[in-house]
Amino acid sequence: MLRLSALAMGGGLLAEKKALAVETPGKLGIPLGPYGDRSPYEKAVRFTRQSKTPETGSSFTPLADSVGTLTPSSLHYERHHSGIPDIDPAQHRLVIHGMVDRPLSLSVADIRRLPSISRVMVLECGGNSGSEWAATTGPDVQRSFGLVSCSEWTGVSLALLLKEVGVRPGAGWVIAEGADACRMMRSVPLAKAMDDALVAYGQNGEALRPAQGYPLRLLLPGWEGNTNVKWLHSLKLTDQAYMARDETAKYSDLMPDGKARIFTYRMEAKSVITFPSGGQTLAGPGLYELTGLAWSGSGRIERVEITTDGGKTWVNAQLQGPRLPIAWTRFRLPWRFEGREAVIASRATDETGYVQPTREALIAVRGTNSGYHFNGMKFWKVRADGTVTNVEV
Amino acid sequence: MMAAPLAAQSPTFAVGRPPTPEEIRNLGGAIAPDGGGLPEGSGTVAAGRDVFAAQCARCHGPRAQGDVGPVLVGGQGTLTTARPLKTVGSFWPYATTLWDYINRAMPFDKPGLLKPSEVYAVAAYILNLNGIIGENDVMDASSLPKVKMPNRDGFVADPRPDVGEKANKPK
Repeated sequence: MLRLSALAMGGGLLAEKKALAVETPGKLGIPLGPYGDRSPYEKAVRFTRQSKTPETGSSFTPLADSVGTLTPSSLHYERHHSGIPDIDPAQHRLVIHGMVDRPLSLSVADIRRLPSISRVMVLECGGNSGSEWAATTGPDVQRSFGLVSCSEWTGVSLALLLKEVGVRPGAGWVIAEGADACRMMRSVPLAKAMDDALVAYGQNGEALRPAQGYPLRLLLPGWEGNTNVKWLHSLKLTDQAYMARDETAKYSDLMPDGKARIFTYRMEAKSVITFPSGGQTLAGPGLYELTGLAWSGSGRIERVEITTDGGKTWVNAQLQGPRLPIAWTRFRLPWRFEGREAVIASRATDETGYVQPTREALIAVRGTNSGYHFNGMKFWKVRADGTVTNVEV
Repeated sequence: MMAAPLAAQSPTFAVGRPPTPEEIRNLGGAIAPDGGGLPEGSGTVAAGRDVFAAQCARCHGPRAQGDVGPVLVGGQGTLTTARPLKTVGSFWPYATTLWDYINRAMPFDKPGLLKPSEVYAVAAYILNLNGIIGENDVMDASSLPKVKMPNRDGFVADPRPDVGEKANKPK
């Protein structure tokens, strides 16, 4: 009787269990694997414009999808001038020559044998946010600010390599050249090479990606991306800058008086709100966390302020530590969206006291034809219906 | 017996070896603005017209007016206007840069294709199209660095920070 009553009482539960088991029969997942992929449900990708010459151009990091302070190597922005070369690291050599006592040809294995340095560092294209000089500013954060990424890089101090070759008196420049089809070349002052430059072979815990210079690239902390020569195969010590096409015709800043600034290497302090940002939609009124990224080629980020009233008032955002120099610093601020239009922006201050300017302040000094090195504030308009757009100026 | 190869390596870590002549030749052959590094050979405007038609015109247009590739002529006097046209003629400060860039990076789909004399010739043709050298001028390692580009004095040092309280004050 007891058994019967138990059965009668538990019958319903048993039937429910049985039904559950049929619906989710403990299906095995996919097996272990040698090299991981992200979830197929994740769709963030770099943005690239259509081009008849896709070997030269840029791809933009999806900043709005970025969390934390590092860019996955697979989403690091790209700027190539003649495609990504296929380089066998066993065949690749770095030649250091010119005004040196002992010219050296180094294999990748030679360089990996030397004392290594790792540092988290932001890399930003000198042309990032070039769209912002125009009255029609970029519609979303990826296309207007996405030529910037942050990685942990590993390599060898260039100063150490230069000590090994013995720089001759009178040398003042290092001409860095890549092994891509166009042999991309830039002139680097010897002082920077001796200060904090790296010859890097690692990115985010593994070898550089081919798109990031595999097997070797130059890294010049805080300086425009183009000088961080990828596929590095030559460092030539000279007594003069070589006035390469990419430092004269390109990456120089044309001023209203017709003069162009040359060797504008350092990327100044900059920040942008990534949520909410152009193209996104808030679900409705309520409490949100405003967030974004700040960085400076001159050092640490000291402060990020946020306005939600179009620049009339500013409050300090919370900065996530550790605040590493020349690296992304994530900022956050709780914000209540009341269902009324709000114009929001961030402004960064770095450890030198330099404050990120408005677009108008930049244009007042530089005009609208300088093309490169835009670090102005980015305003987003959150409409009453929760949709977010850029602000037409 | 080991002394010779060791001496050729780096002194502290004993890595590497002296570069071979072939390794140096395989580099881009960087050219200094004083002409350092320019190889033997020479090119005329007429020869450059032919090379340009065969190798360059399909991207830059038959008269270098631009197409898939950028415009290479004109623009002088526009740098202070609302629509500056930056070309070899209006903007590039050194003729050596033109030689260096054609040699290392052009044609876009076959960089390194042109022989030194062809590079001199194409450079001569583009300089002539811009009215910088005459129809009968010949470009070589001696004459090219002496070409005075119209915008030779058009570049200034980086004055930043130039905006805000931290701005460097104009002299």
